[in-house]
Order: sequence, then C-alpha cells, then structure tokens
Amino acid sequence: MLNAEKKTCKYNEQLCKYYEQFRVYADRILALSNDSLEKTVNVALALCLVCAVLVSIATVALRPLQGYNKALDMKKNILDVAGLLEEGTDIDQAFAERIESKIVDLKTGDYVDNINVDEYDQRKAAKDPAQNELIPVEKDIASIRQKAKYTKVFLVKNGDQLQSIILPINGYGLWSTMYGFLALEADAQTVQSINLYDQGETPGLGGEVVNPNWRALWKGKKVYSDKGEVALTLVKGGVDSSRPDSVYKVDGLAGATLTSRGVSNLIQYWMGTEGFATYLNKIRKNG
Amino acid sequence: MDKETKKVLFEPLVDNNPITLQVLGVCSALAVTSQMSTSLIMALALTSVTACSSAAISAVREHIPSSIRIIVQMIIIASLVIVVDQLLKAFAFDVSKKLSVFVGLIITNCIVMGRAEAYAMKNPPLQSFVDGIGNGLGYSLILVIVALFRETLGSGKLLGFDVLPLVKDGGWYVPNGMMLLPPSAFFIIGLIIWGFRTWKPKQVEHNEFKIMSIAHGEGGHH
Repeated sequence: MLNAEKKTCKYNEQLCKYYEQFRVYADRILALSNDSLEKTVNVALALCLVCAVLVSIATVALRPLQGYNKALDMKKNILDVAGLLEEGTDIDQAFAERIESKIVDLKTGDYVDNINVDEYDQRKAAKDPAQNELIPVEKDIASIRQKAKYTKVFLVKNGDQLQSIILPINGYGLWSTMYGFLALEADAQTVQSINLYDQGETPGLGGEVVNPNWRALWKGKKVYSDKGEVALTLVKGGVDSSRPDSVYKVDGLAGATLTSRGVSNLIQYWMGTEGFATYLNKIRKNG
Repeated sequence: MDKETKKVLFEPLVDNNPITLQVLGVCSALAVTSQMSTSLIMALALTSVTACSSAAISAVREHIPSSIRIIVQMIIIASLVIVVDQLLKAFAFDVSKKLSVFVGLIITNCIVMGRAEAYAMKNPPLQSFVDGIGNGLGYSLILVIVALFRETLGSGKLLGFDVLPLVKDGGWYVPNGMMLLPPSAFFIIGLIIWGFRTWKPKQVEHNEFKIMSIAHGEGGHH
C-alpha cells in the first residue's frame, strides 16, 4: 500500500511523506469511537480549520468586488442628489466628469489638500480617536456623539462655474443613524435635493425619507433665515404655502414624528456652526 | 423523482410546514415580510443555507461526537451564512443592504438548526439536501403569503408596482400602517395557521391536559 502510494507521488517527496503521515493519523482518528476525548478534540479542530479556510477564501476573494460595489453605490447616491442620475447613466464616467471631491476642515471652513480624497473614509474617521471629535452632549442635537474633523464635500461644476455643493450629513432618527447628502445650489442657501441613502427607519413610515415625492418637496427651500440662523425644518400637518416662512418649512413624514424630528435635528446640526456654516459662509463670500 | 424524494420535498409545504406546524423561524418571518422583495431574497438565502448545511452536516454525521454536536452544526451553519452574506454583498449589493442584519440572523434561524438536528443527523446527504430545500420552500411559501398581504395593504404596492392607488397620490386607498409593523405578521401567520388547520384537521394538536369542569367537582355527596 505504502509503496504504491510512493510510486504515484509526482510532487515533492517530503510533501508526499507528510501527506501519508496525515492519512494514517486521520484514519486512526476516524476509526475511534465518536465519544472519545481524542476524537472530539480532533473533529472540533479539523472542522474549525476547514470552516475558517472556507470563510477566509470567500471574504478575501470577494473583497475587491464588494469594495467596488460600495464605492459605486456611494457615487450613485451623490449623482442622485446632484440630479445627474438618469436611467442608463454610466456612473463611473458621470462622476469623474461632473463631480469634484474635496476635503474640508469643519472648524476653519478651508479645504485640506494633504489628504487623499479617494482614500479618505469619513465614516471610519468619525470613529477613529485620532481623526474625530467628540461632540459635547448639549451641542449634539443630531445625536451622533462624534464626527470626523475633516469631512468630504462634493462640488458639481459646469465648466468652471460652481453649480451645486453636496454635503454629507447624518443624524439619529427613531431606530437608526441616517446617513445622507444634502445638495445646495451655488448660493449655499437654496436646497436642491436631499438623499438619505442609508437608514433603518420603519419601512412605509419613517422609511419614506427615500420616497421621491417627499424628497421633491425639498427643492427650492432655503436653509438660512435673514439673520443667518438655520431655519429649515420639518413641520407636522403640512406646509401652508401662503405664509412667508413656508420657504423654510418642509412637510414632515406622516406617521413618523420621531424620524421627522431626527431629520430636522440633523439639518439644524450640520447647517449650523458645528457643521458646515463656516465653510458655506466662505463659499458665499468668495463666490 | 421517486416517491420518497417527492414526499421529503413537498411535505414541508403544507403538511409539515416549518412555520405553521413546526412553528420554527417565526422571528425572521415577522422581520422581513414588510416588503415582497426582501422576503423573496430572504427565502432564497434561507433555502440555500438550509439545503447546503443539511447536506454538509449529513456528510459528516457519522463522525460528529454527540457531546459537541450542536456546536459542530452551528459552526457549519455559521460558515455557510457568512459565505452567503459575502456573496450577496458582491453580487446583489442593493439587496444585501436591505438584508444584511437578517442574513446574519439566519444563523439563529430555528429552521436551519431544527432540520440539521431532526433530519440531517440521521439521513444521507442527498436526502438531507432535498429536505433542506423542501423546508426552505415551506418557509418561503409562508413568507410570500405574509408579504403579499403586508406590502399590498400596508403600502399599496407590490414589488414596487402600484397595486392599490394611495390617497396621498390621488387614489382611493388609505394604507394600513399597522401592516408595516412586525405585529401584523403575527396576525397573518395566525390566520394562515387557522386556515391550514381547518383545511387539514389532522394538524390540530391534542390538548395536553383536560380542562375540568368544576360544577360537579369536589362538592361531596348529599
């Protein structure tokens, strides 16, 4: 038996020897009674090894594809809020052509140039003590506890002309932290669109934040009042369009008071001085 | 297909349905059924995991030490679930976003463990695979029925198409918001169980105890 095996050994002699030893060992273990300690330990080890290898292969082999999907999805969300997403748009191409990614220091409102935009992961940075900032409780209206010091913004340009500014926003609703983008026109005041792309609110109620009809209500609303305060908010029971302040009000979601409040809060937070107010002021001044 | 395979495959649909008769896997049936699309993907994921894990467990069943058999089953199931989750993330990204939590929870879905313990430990791999598919289909059937009611009545849509025009979009239907919340699935599953047991009275369980009438009880003799 052993000789026959040896003859068929095509590869490394040493390897074949190990394999043979392994087979002898495995046969001995398999022949043991199921309830013996030795077999129990061996079966457990072997099983864990096989499963670990299987899981690792799946994870590592599929990671590039998953990363690409994730990036593509993010680009899709950005194009969507910019109003550039149509049926059959080539997402990679449209994104590369129309959208410029930048990183902004929230405190100073200036662009930061020494960080690679494509590699910067804002969500990771928000959790990393080296890159984040804890938000004091009294200021934490969006209930997010921490934010990245530097944040990405996306500029939509038509030639040299700034067309819209896309700002990442997040805040807590009823069940989940909602992540999204708010697109402002070049005046840094008028809302173009909102896209809360990642949320776990109740489907059909709070989950309606993704409803195109509701999102369409945001178009043309103003963020800042004449005094420069954040005035944009969601209201219960519908907006009375005859009133002069209706330009600062958006219909709340029916049956989702807490999600609506969450959306109001996150707008209040991110458009305020803790958020993008400094940056937006600079944009308005510099044109 | 021989008779035995047919029985293993189709019995779990009505006669031995994992949800309505075995009352397993109810938790996820409540969670994912507010939309038809998530229900379908969940059904597909669970069916493939149950089938593959049953086959894998059955293949090594003669060497599983009884003292650690539940853990062994769990490891096999958990590994498969992770692989399914990774595959979804790579090839069906939009769906995986909606399902990520629930896919992880397949590990704890009682149907997978239940079939492993009740069937795969005693039967050959191929049959166990078919049994897994059958039970997956039984689960799918209930999920689809529940989702059908919940999505149409709750949001007036089915798979994204408008079925009942909503009042807020100018139609006539006022959506029933409760249908979108998990408790509504309890009612629907309850009604389905009622329906099944009226149709097949054999499924009705016998009382484990008798309720005694106290009218002629301990009164003593006069």
